Amino acid sequence: MLNIAVCVKQVPDTEARLSVAADKTRIEEQGISFILNPYDEHAVEEAIRLKEKQGGTVTVFCLGPARAEEAIRTALAMGADKAVHLADAAFGGGDEGTAAAALEKAIAGKSFDLVLAGRLAIDDASGQVGARLAEKLGWPHVTAVTRLAVEGREAVANREIDGGSQVVAVTLPAVITAQRGLNQPRYPKIPDIMKARRKEVAKVTPADLGLSGGEVGGAGAKGKVAGLAPAPGRSAGKVIAGEPADAARKVVGLLRDEAKVI
Amino acid sequence: MDFTIPQEYEILRKMVHDFVVERLDPISQKVEEEDEIPPEIIKEMAELGFFGLPFPEEYGGGAVSKLGYALFLEELGASSACFSNLIAPHVSLATSSVFIGGTEAQKQKYLPPMCAGEKLGAFALTEPNAGSDAANIETRAEKKGDKWILNGTKNWITNGSIADVVIVYALTDKNLRARGGITAFIVEKGFPGFRVGTVDVKMGLRGSHTAQLLFENCEVPEENVLGEVGMGFLTAMKVLDGGRIGLAAGAVGGAQRLLELSIQWANTRVQFGQPIANNQAIQWMLADMAMEIEAARLMTYKTAWKYDQGLKITRDAAMVKAFASEMACHVADKAVQIHGGIGYMREYPIERAYRDTRILKIYEGTNEIQRMIIARDLLKVGH
Repeated sequence: MLNIAVCVKQVPDTEARLSVAADKTRIEEQGISFILNPYDEHAVEEAIRLKEKQGGTVTVFCLGPARAEEAIRTALAMGADKAVHLADAAFGGGDEGTAAAALEKAIAGKSFDLVLAGRLAIDDASGQVGARLAEKLGWPHVTAVTRLAVEGREAVANREIDGGSQVVAVTLPAVITAQRGLNQPRYPKIPDIMKARRKEVAKVTPADLGLSGGEVGGAGAKGKVAGLAPAPGRSAGKVIAGEPADAARKVVGLLRDEAKVI
Repeated sequence: MDFTIPQEYEILRKMVHDFVVERLDPISQKVEEEDEIPPEIIKEMAELGFFGLPFPEEYGGGAVSKLGYALFLEELGASSACFSNLIAPHVSLATSSVFIGGTEAQKQKYLPPMCAGEKLGAFALTEPNAGSDAANIETRAEKKGDKWILNGTKNWITNGSIADVVIVYALTDKNLRARGGITAFIVEKGFPGFRVGTVDVKMGLRGSHTAQLLFENCEVPEENVLGEVGMGFLTAMKVLDGGRIGLAAGAVGGAQRLLELSIQWANTRVQFGQPIANNQAIQWMLADMAMEIEAARLMTYKTAWKYDQGLKITRDAAMVKAFASEMACHVADKAVQIHGGIGYMREYPIERAYRDTRILKIYEGTNEIQRMIIARDLLKVGH
């Protein structure tokens, strides 16, 4: 029996064309769709597979505005049992520290054996919340995991490191963050999408978690986004003519001397 | 007036969109060449609930509303038409016939395996001499003891050659015909006297099969009379009303895909030193495509909404079927034109879509029949 908490975030669709909002600190949300963060999808899938194998429960935790409920219900449709939604407006505008602090209050003391999360959210890509949450819980963590085996009170996780992989064993409870390759997330089945409407999604406020207004969201954040700018457009490519062997030599030279990437 | 799509249908739509892009699009060229959908893909679609979505949970369905079903077919319609032509006739026509016209015992027996995709359904109304004039069918059913004996031929029956359950409409009283003389029967593969004739060679829709079905002293047990004797024509008309929404939704999804491919092509194809999208001639075609698609989409959603409210939709369904199918043909024609030579080539999906789209104006009631339905209602109601 494993009681698993999965932390998810709703992020802009990978297919959406993003633009910066008028205040230059956020992306423009009008006209784009939002999805369950792809790395979190792997975390949800892994949690459900563990539950299917070993029994237990899967509870989804999500910090985000009202619209994030769609990502929560997607996870419930995939097979999670219930959810806790930190949807109060006061949670908004925070940083990784306030997110981890709020999640810790929601998760601690509920006899979870394991917390799974994506290794990062594809919107701000900071990749900090999982590790910070583990620190606050006082639990071990393994990040960017591509293979996970849980037996008894031990979890063995393979994680990607530069040029190879590392195998880390931790004692439960622990926090694991998912990398691509951990699994192939399932498509939610249509009857399960409909049934997910009836699953419990508890909405919690900072007060429910014993947090004051000053400890959450923008008020509690130590960092603030000062500005957001779109990536510069790609400039025209360079065509290198000539025999393949000569051209390859020229490309290597340019990569070293001009682009300075090798 | 609230145009927000309910959250569960946004999730449904996203799932189908992902499935189309990740699982169906990559094989659609292969399906076109081999004229067959791989069985493992059909199994996957069955497991996801594609074969039973609008039916109640108690029968193993997904309990999705008509609006949800329309959104589903819109997404599915973006890929090769063969996929929606596998699902829609099974769901909208065959399984719906059992749901709308069947007895409780028949629903209990047939809906769960049909919703699960374990038994594939076909809807057999059309005959060599009865297409638009559906009441003119010649297939006869006669009661002999505790069995009905069916004799006749059904034509162009989608999924006919692979169906496990066929809803056959037959004449039980030639004097009454549409007014109580037509009865529907649930015929299972393997019933004595039922066999599949020629599998048709078509202009398009490769991967989807239509076939001739032959009934030669076919024996059907009494309990397989769908609902009651004489109710067949009424059931067929109700079923077809609902089916038209699905057809329109698929047309919208297919046309939207063609618009997106056309925008991409217009932005990348360079002639006279600039992308052809810079030409007003191309821009106007894109704008016209988008306008017609949006109109058809809104008509589809509204008709689905009316259906879900339990309102009468006969005129609306006829209008959206005719409008959306003609829209899809206009859009396909412009997509070929924008793509130019490449749009005519077999290697590119535009050519396939152009052929596949043409049937939309013909099947599930020709657009001429739709106009008759619309006009009849207009003249009766006066507005």
